[in-house]
Amino acid sequence: MSADATPVRKPSAVWAFALVPIALLGVLIAYLVITGGGLRELSGPPVEQVKVTRVTLPSEGLVRLQVVNDGPQSVTISQVLVDDAFWAFTASPSTNVPRFGRVTIDVPYPWVEGDAHHLQLLSSIGTVFKAEIPVAQRTPQPNRDLFWQFGLVGLYVGLIPIALGMLWYPWMRHLNANAINFILSLTVGLLIFLAIGTWLDALEFAAELPAFWQGVPAVALVALLSFGVLLALGTRRNGEEPSPLGVSTRIAVGIGLHNLGEGLAIGAAFALGEAALGTFLILGFTLHNITEGVGIAAPLVKKNPGWRAFVLLALIAGGPAIFGTWLGGFAFNPVLATVFLAVGVGAIAQVVWEVGGMVVRASRHAGLPNATWLNLAGVTAGVVIMYVTAFLVKF
Amino acid sequence: MSWWQRLLNRRDLLKVGAGASAALVGAAALAQRTPNATRTADGHPIDHGGHGGNRMIGTVDHTKNGFDPLQLLTDWDYGKVSRLPNGQTLREYTFIAQEKDIEIAPGVTFPAWTYNGRVPGPTIRCTEGDRLRVRLINQSRHPHTIHFHGVHPWEMDGVPGAGAGEIPPGGSTVYEFDAEPFGCHLYHCHATSLKRHIHKGMYGAFIIDPEQGRPPAREFVMMQNAFDTNFDGGNEVYAVNTIGFEYARRPIPVQKGELVRLYLINILEFDLINSFHLHGNMFDYYDHGTTLTPTSRIVDTTMQAQGQRGIVEFRYKYTGQFMFHPHISEFTELGWMGMFNVVEPKDFPRALQDVGLNDTWNERALNGFAAKQKGSAT
Repeated sequence: MSADATPVRKPSAVWAFALVPIALLGVLIAYLVITGGGLRELSGPPVEQVKVTRVTLPSEGLVRLQVVNDGPQSVTISQVLVDDAFWAFTASPSTNVPRFGRVTIDVPYPWVEGDAHHLQLLSSIGTVFKAEIPVAQRTPQPNRDLFWQFGLVGLYVGLIPIALGMLWYPWMRHLNANAINFILSLTVGLLIFLAIGTWLDALEFAAELPAFWQGVPAVALVALLSFGVLLALGTRRNGEEPSPLGVSTRIAVGIGLHNLGEGLAIGAAFALGEAALGTFLILGFTLHNITEGVGIAAPLVKKNPGWRAFVLLALIAGGPAIFGTWLGGFAFNPVLATVFLAVGVGAIAQVVWEVGGMVVRASRHAGLPNATWLNLAGVTAGVVIMYVTAFLVKF
Repeated sequence: MSWWQRLLNRRDLLKVGAGASAALVGAAALAQRTPNATRTADGHPIDHGGHGGNRMIGTVDHTKNGFDPLQLLTDWDYGKVSRLPNGQTLREYTFIAQEKDIEIAPGVTFPAWTYNGRVPGPTIRCTEGDRLRVRLINQSRHPHTIHFHGVHPWEMDGVPGAGAGEIPPGGSTVYEFDAEPFGCHLYHCHATSLKRHIHKGMYGAFIIDPEQGRPPAREFVMMQNAFDTNFDGGNEVYAVNTIGFEYARRPIPVQKGELVRLYLINILEFDLINSFHLHGNMFDYYDHGTTLTPTSRIVDTTMQAQGQRGIVEFRYKYTGQFMFHPHISEFTELGWMGMFNVVEPKDFPRALQDVGLNDTWNERALNGFAAKQKGSAT
């Protein structure tokens, strides 16, 4: 098509073309709003849906619920029941919750430490929405001591085991090419395990979100997008092999996001009064995470980047566990948790791709097929190690 | 970490290793048990709110509902009274089956099925041997019946397949039979599905007085009922006469020393039994009200299975606000709890005024039997 064929118009006229569909859409929407699409007679009874997103026990004798309306219309919370008893409450800003609206409900209820409590919200048309306090315990308030203690837990779980794993690095440097390939394959194996685990965790968080967040598709899309962005970043120098430090950094980022999730889990366990579970998790994750140090160090065996780089890598991979513990313990936000974990899935998948590429190239250099029995054994070993150590953190 | 959801159900884990965890996070410092200021003693709510924090927020719009639980206590319906050629008293009633949204707890509406737009339906009051003629007009969208407890011919039983059977929408029928035996009875819809027709609200009290009457007393009718607001086969709101905690918010005035008689009926659905417990007192109980002497004496708790009823009689020795509720704690906390405000006779007008009652209510409470003798139509 030639340029002459296009009539010349003023820019304002061109904009008018863009606005016409929008104006017509406005007319259509107005028609639908006024007439209900002509199906108004078919409109059934109201559909009420709210989600209790968080229950906290901020002080003795007080239960606080955060409620989000994720249904198609506004909902009025007329009464509140605690343990099958009607109970006095205050709602802020109002008992009427519009679509997408949020309300905080305070119930002055003498909850009992260590007991379970059941909450019900009764709407104006008698719909019941339920929530549960599995083990009543005062919700941790951010104070300096607890902040420090939670931080220490994150340190034990994230940073220290990864640093310990990295201490195999001097030994790894003395291995021959085959053994290094085996360890890189092992890294791929453990990353595959982490990717699957993080994916499942993200989906579980997503399932708890108010419906309008569309948690499951959001997880898939965020993971895919993260994967794409990291892939673009990792391959921008055409033809060149990715730098070993770059690969290690990306592995550390992926593992870091995964460890953020572990921190969240530990913090939330303590916040929910599941102290014993929290303890198991601390022990389990610590053991589980030592292999992560191996994975991060593996791409670096041919070129030592210096101890400062190792410290930085350990911080990137392990530090988020500390942050996660704080977040989980003091200000748990399921939306943020879901997003972080989804990014983690994408990040881990990208390094699987990248490290996998390294293994394949190394095999080709040695004149071997892409997938050797040794590589396969390495991947299997990685998965098995993670699988077995994960016994400690699965309940 | 795939235990996130299971975390919510895993309190048994607490039993393992809680000590070790305490050291890790200083959990012991997190919570110390202190007496709670929001919990007040049972039994004497100064603000008429009832039961400490265990209450409902707000008030019910009785005007919009078309009935007030305090008025329901005494609104005996004697029907349109006339005399048959054989000298028998004829009482004629019209019951209209209607669908109506009623407010059963503050701010909570229930899509009820009703007789004459109210739950419970009219309290039929008559004397043993009267002729009853009850016309049922079905203005609702579902088939209905009226099934009366008592002795009557098969055609008048108000069940599917007997006599007129289920009365379809737009249809009508007349139930006619002699009132016998005397007692505290019950009527309800017996259309299928039975559970739904009952818990939706189609029931009422059916009181047949003995010829010779009963000793003068202040009389109230109390129907123990409940509502399944989300239709899951379990009740959310429990009450007597429909509105949860209403008699806790507005205690029922009675005078110290006078005889109080309750016509107590259990029309609970989904729960097997209900009960009645009176504070600060003991009562005589007449099972089904079919005897003139008590079937149990000096008790403070009685039990009624579904559809069971009886007469409760007591006098208060002390003034004060005395609670009554089922000794099934769950039902109590779910709304079935009220108060008698026992006062000296001189303080009675004030007690009536406090809860918005007048002398008419007092007259009806005292003359349930006598008014009927006059054959007055309400």
